[in-house]
Amino acid sequence: MISAGIDLGAGTTKVLLYDADLAALGTVSVRTRPDLEATATEALLAACDAAGVRREDIAYVATTGYGRYQIPERDLQITEVTCHARGARHLFPDTRCVLDVGAQSSRAMRVDDRGRVIRFRMNDRCAAGAGKFLERVARALEIPLEELPAVALRSTDPQPISSICAVLAESEVINHISQGKPVEDILMGAHLSIADRVLALLRQVGADGEVALTGGLARNPAMVKALELRLGRPLHHSDHSPFAGALGAALLGQQRLAKRNAGGGA
Amino acid sequence: MRTYVAGADVGSTTAKVVILDGEGDIAGTSLGPTGASIVEAAQRRFQEAVKAAGIDEHEVEFVVGTGYGRFKIPFGHTQVTEISCHARGAHHLFPGTRTIVDIGGQDTKAISVNELGDVADFCMNDKCAAGTGRFLESAALTLGLPLEEIGPVSLRAARPLRITNVCTVFVESEIMSHMMKGETVEDILRGVHNAIAGRSISLLRRVGINPEISFTGGVSRNVGMVRALEDQLGLRVNVSPLSQFIGAIGAALFALERARGGKLVAAPVEGGT
Repeated sequence: MISAGIDLGAGTTKVLLYDADLAALGTVSVRTRPDLEATATEALLAACDAAGVRREDIAYVATTGYGRYQIPERDLQITEVTCHARGARHLFPDTRCVLDVGAQSSRAMRVDDRGRVIRFRMNDRCAAGAGKFLERVARALEIPLEELPAVALRSTDPQPISSICAVLAESEVINHISQGKPVEDILMGAHLSIADRVLALLRQVGADGEVALTGGLARNPAMVKALELRLGRPLHHSDHSPFAGALGAALLGQQRLAKRNAGGGA
Repeated sequence: MRTYVAGADVGSTTAKVVILDGEGDIAGTSLGPTGASIVEAAQRRFQEAVKAAGIDEHEVEFVVGTGYGRFKIPFGHTQVTEISCHARGAHHLFPGTRTIVDIGGQDTKAISVNELGDVADFCMNDKCAAGTGRFLESAALTLGLPLEEIGPVSLRAARPLRITNVCTVFVESEIMSHMMKGETVEDILRGVHNAIAGRSISLLRRVGINPEISFTGGVSRNVGMVRALEDQLGLRVNVSPLSQFIGAIGAALFALERARGGKLVAAPVEGGT
């Protein structure tokens, strides 16, 4: 039985198909467009194509992310907190803390030894400490988004960015440029600023134990480096990290399927 | 020889210079974008204002700098905070002023003043672009309209929308999704103006809302913002075509006091060149 996890985020929509016997079948990630419903449907069909299965083969659709209510074909919607914790625990079994850094929000979750969320803190009111902050800085620096990590990693003397607000940080960046500060140092400063905001959330839930990074920014090596620098120890992360939310949703979907089948007197 | 003094208000977005004569009357003004170089912007505005006044730079006896770039104004003799300057300037233009709402490019201030134009209390938001001119700029950009058109357009709203996000960055997405749903630009913009008015009024409440209220700073030129504030306050607000110059006028008034040998309210920091 195949379940689909759809994580409809503010920046990207991630879909992961999971088969009870075969584990993860494949993933698809697309840019979220203003039409959330259409974005989700297209991403789901693309994931089916990639995995070589038909839409009818999917027995259960679980949704998460900020647009999780906008997907009519869902069987279940689940909060991001639950899904990221579940997904991170599946990817990195020793995880005690999960940091989810996305385009518009960041979260810190503390989980118990079974992956259940004990406490969490989040910021989804403001772009500080989220990917949008980097987008703004990139725009001010006129650097394409995909080049950000490589440029930031060349930094030797990161420049502190004192503005918390993403919009005001743009002016600060322009000031740094006019003072002749190297672009890579300004950019690394922006990554460190996000790291500081996110780790402040982490400290509120308790930062001890192994930490896993999920969400879109997990694929940015400069972000990983900034977090590890400020945290003082390595983080768990992998290519699957951005899909942790979709994975958690798909896994919880599998649980529901198993229950449904058992209840159906199979 | 006549006395001339100047006030230079270098804000995050625009630089303003006002030249006053010895009677306290405006002899010349200049305004332009601050850009990347505060020093250059200040110098250019000063030269233009002097030219507008039809005088020579050397005839300007004393210059007070204010605004976010005040410490970098090379020709300033001293600096006074923008809070004091806005209070003094607003009191000069509207002597009945007891409360000032100053909405600039990057910050918003609420100031309560006494009958002499001295600051009694103030509070400000300079940590976040919500409720500032930046928020309006960002909305204009998202809607593809010139900044100066959004105020008048907002006045034509039939059914103002409620903007729920506080963060300027997130409001961009909120505006896009309203557009997707076919909402009108007028209704969206009125919602944006109402949101800023709401944030400004919560700052004002912290210092006390006592009439008369004067609206200063660059955003006071926006008729949509004036209307949104008046509607939510249930009161008229004073706005002058010179509202954007109020900080510079206040600074020039401090300069005039100094030129006349009076004491300056704010302590001088250090002499300029």
